Amino acid sequence: MDYRGSEHRDFEHEGAPGPAGPGQNDLLPDTATAAVKVVVVGGFGVGKTTFVGAVSEIRPLTTEETMTQAGAGVDDPGGVRTKTETTVAMDFGRISIDDQLVLYLFGTPGQERFWFLWGGLFEGALGAVVLVDTRRLEVSFDVLGRLEERGVPFVVAVNAFPESPSYDVEDLRTALDLPPAVPIVTCDARARESGRDVLLALMHYLQSLTTALELT
Amino acid sequence: MSDQHGGPAGPDPWGEETPERLYVITGGRPASTKRSAIDLVSLVVAQVGPDPMTPPEQAAILRLCRSPLSVAEVSAYLRLPVSVVNVLLADLLDRGSVQVRGPVPIAVLPDRELLEAVINGLQRL
Repeated sequence: MDYRGSEHRDFEHEGAPGPAGPGQNDLLPDTATAAVKVVVVGGFGVGKTTFVGAVSEIRPLTTEETMTQAGAGVDDPGGVRTKTETTVAMDFGRISIDDQLVLYLFGTPGQERFWFLWGGLFEGALGAVVLVDTRRLEVSFDVLGRLEERGVPFVVAVNAFPESPSYDVEDLRTALDLPPAVPIVTCDARARESGRDVLLALMHYLQSLTTALELT
Repeated sequence: MSDQHGGPAGPDPWGEETPERLYVITGGRPASTKRSAIDLVSLVVAQVGPDPMTPPEQAAILRLCRSPLSVAEVSAYLRLPVSVVNVLLADLLDRGSVQVRGPVPIAVLPDRELLEAVINGLQRL
């Protein structure tokens, strides 16, 4: 059976098992009424969990979902679980925006072939951050293509590893075949301010899209 | 990694999270249609405490959600797949034991007011 016992966390994710409940400092106020989400995507080892952890007010947690290759999941007649099921884990963090609004950041697993099977992950998401490593640009092509197909707005954040070759932004745009409007920012996924600026770049981009939509 | 078990809110006193076990705690039911109203970032707030008849997983949810907590966080703390949490939540919702808030509906693009709120919040980070 492909279903993974919890003792064997041999799948690809970068986080650690979390505590059994939120600590005192992790509690949301009772006034919290609504939440929004942003999805952080990118190849394995590009720094998604580091990015999420740097801006999150809680230690990143891991959630998981079981899914079948056919995408039928638990909706199979009678809930019968088949051999094609896979468990996909995602690390996520949280930022309280104000007393009422909470932003959640989900780092999707490296196996891009799985993450669009997770129905609902991108539904209702504000947008996505595509984290890229200039040493391995090719792993981003598939992700970018799928986001474009789905119409998910995204910004590209180049995680500046010390040993990464630095590219001119316009060269990167050409290499990644990105439309001129899509923002490309460089970041240090370890730094809170840097991660915040990436999220702000996404929000400003969304504002510009909203404005453009209102003008049409 | 057996140290993952044994927490007070742990869903798995028998040390095995086999599909059969997940099947049992959801009563073998597929997620109900209410699932569509429950998102990963819906905030769950308990309206009542667990009573002695509350099944252990539902009781754990009620204890966790004394303060608002997202479905993703509930799934992470209980170490249960999101789809299983959704089935349990649909039951709790039916009984009025929890309130589910949000998420903010996003049609094509988020509205201006929401984006401004997020930008202001991020700038305070």
